[in-house]
Amino acid sequence: MNYRAIGSDDVRYLESVTAPDRVFFGSDINEDFSHDEMLEYGKYPPEVLVEVVNGDEISEIMRYAYANNIPVTPRGSGTGLCGGAVPLYGGIMISLTRMNKILEIDEENLTVTVEPGVLLMDLAEAVEEKGLFYAPDPGEKTATIGGNVMTNAGGMRAVKYGVTRDYVLGMEVVLPDGEIIEVAGKVAKSSSGYSLKDLLIGSEGTLGIVSTLVLKLLPLPRKMISLLVPFSTLGECIDAVPALFKAKLLPTAVEFMERAVLDASEEYLGKPFPDKSADAYLLLTFDGNTTEEVDRTSDDAAELLLDLGAIDVLIADTEERLEMIWTARGAFLEAIKSSTPQMDECDVVVPLNKVGEFVKYVDQLASGNQVRIETFGHAGDGNVHVYVCKDSMPDSRWEETKESVMQAMYDKAIGLRGQVSGEHGIGHAKKGYLAESIGDRSMQLSAAIKRAFDPKNLLNPGKVHN
Amino acid sequence: MRITGSKARGVILRIVVCIKQVPATSKVQIDEVTGVLRREGIESKLNPYDLYALETAVWIKDKVGGAVTTLTMGPLQAEEAIKESFILGADQGYLVSDRKLAGSDVLATAYTLSQAIRLLDGYDLIICGKQTTDGDTAQVGPEVAEFLEIPHVTWVKKVNEVTEDSIVVEQDLGTSSAILELPYPALITVEKDIFQPRLPSYRRKKLTAAQQVNVLTFSDFLDSDEQKYGLNGSPTQVERVFPPDANEDKVLWEDEPSLLGEKIYMLIKDRNFI
Repeated sequence: MNYRAIGSDDVRYLESVTAPDRVFFGSDINEDFSHDEMLEYGKYPPEVLVEVVNGDEISEIMRYAYANNIPVTPRGSGTGLCGGAVPLYGGIMISLTRMNKILEIDEENLTVTVEPGVLLMDLAEAVEEKGLFYAPDPGEKTATIGGNVMTNAGGMRAVKYGVTRDYVLGMEVVLPDGEIIEVAGKVAKSSSGYSLKDLLIGSEGTLGIVSTLVLKLLPLPRKMISLLVPFSTLGECIDAVPALFKAKLLPTAVEFMERAVLDASEEYLGKPFPDKSADAYLLLTFDGNTTEEVDRTSDDAAELLLDLGAIDVLIADTEERLEMIWTARGAFLEAIKSSTPQMDECDVVVPLNKVGEFVKYVDQLASGNQVRIETFGHAGDGNVHVYVCKDSMPDSRWEETKESVMQAMYDKAIGLRGQVSGEHGIGHAKKGYLAESIGDRSMQLSAAIKRAFDPKNLLNPGKVHN
Repeated sequence: MRITGSKARGVILRIVVCIKQVPATSKVQIDEVTGVLRREGIESKLNPYDLYALETAVWIKDKVGGAVTTLTMGPLQAEEAIKESFILGADQGYLVSDRKLAGSDVLATAYTLSQAIRLLDGYDLIICGKQTTDGDTAQVGPEVAEFLEIPHVTWVKKVNEVTEDSIVVEQDLGTSSAILELPYPALITVEKDIFQPRLPSYRRKKLTAAQQVNVLTFSDFLDSDEQKYGLNGSPTQVERVFPPDANEDKVLWEDEPSLLGEKIYMLIKDRNFI
């Protein structure tokens, strides 16, 4: 791709439409901006970094970039896991983290209007203070809401409440040529033509840059209880999940975890986990508005799980107990990362009743290839997180093993009628797997949509597809 | 640790754990006029620090043999705290409940608990949590020991030894530790994290559901002087309760890491934090 390199005139122009202290050039740019959480996918520094404070600034930058054929990469907190917010072709990086204002909490329409740089944890806290609830619950709480929308982030509560997409009502978007449009809005439903909003959600910053978001809220559930359920084997543990759904016991979250990951998390956090009796655990959450309602459902679930072979059912019903378990769960990714010099990850999603088969297959891959593979994930929505760890394997064997193991896992997931990514996205790291899984025709349609929005291929080029 | 006694040798320790029900939320509201906790509509839970006390008791019982009795004072619904203690490993429990006890401060509470403990069929070791999350005084444990005229150690972070006649504990003194031996009967208050509290088990919940909570009232006490109980026996006067001012002062420094380290060191030294 032939893009124009950035020169000092460009920097001066960017300073003139923003502010000199918010424009960073060359070696003044922190190394962090050249990668996301997956250093393994390479470093690609931007030529110039601009911290914007409003949609008009984004629009001015895009107009200039469009006229001068300069690629632009939007970025939130940089907590992605597939190289999505990384400037493969240099150019301008627009950092949205300063656009972090919560503009309005509308208690009559149950909506919140935010700038894209608001952190997920700040959004959750602000609405909870008013007795409201932003239901999506991705694990990375320091991610920006803009990044969540652009990857259609999922999270723990997807089982009952759905994913980010289900909570985006409208947005203001800056298009690649700099024009600002409003897409959908503060309405509960719409049958008004193609849903551009839904095309933009999950587009990983390749179609437009969001400058304002209107999100749906729910009343905050008053009561929440988690059950930690030890099982002798991971197989029994995962096989119990479809039975819960069949019994119409709808949990908010269902996670599965193994002893090895719990041990890593204990070591990483320096805090003991409250139970050591088993090799595999299910972690379920139930919520509701009364203690009686939540207790009744969780008691029914406990009875069923004991019938299905659970060793016991442990109850986390207070802030301290919930925190003890969920802090451990929240640290899994960092714990695994810190346990090995290099790793690769895959977050496929398969039908609920195929999770067991997929995880068993991954175990066989690990022993067959003599490589450590850790799995955990959302047993309740079929989204499995798999981490292939290098440990002390020689570099030459690592590359080969990683490639073949990853390919085998994606092939298996697709064979089970799954999808390449449940919630992390495609970025540049998973492009090949996406193309293989959705096929030529779908890739062509996808590319045509990209061209319709961004004919010069300036916005986050090289992501999702080539 | 060294266990001199063992179940096999028939050491039977009678352990009492004092527990309390506290508001389930960490966002406790206080009536600024009366200075009293607003409890209406707020669910309750076992004081989180008491979970460490109970876990310590159950651990000792499992090691050397014995029986764990829990004791609480409160309205009738505080029975739930005792029932939860059964799930967590207690063998029996007592609720002290009487209108005459309403309005008790730490002194009256400690006196009441000491009176209740005198009614038990003997005791060797009393274990309390470090403090509660609602009152936060950390005084009830030591005052109970004083009323019972038994030795006590606060801030216990480790149990080093349990024998037939005494317990050896490690007391956390911030920058140092003291290792102390207490002959029975004795009282200790334990630090957070001395043992990881277990989660309530659903199996045990079902198993203990029918277990009865013993209720003690004022008329059971050996000392029937009403001036020592409830509001009458409470010298504490709450003059004013208020949330502390939030300090949101911020300073942002930009410099070389080594110079920044030096600056932070000087600042915290100047302010006597170190």
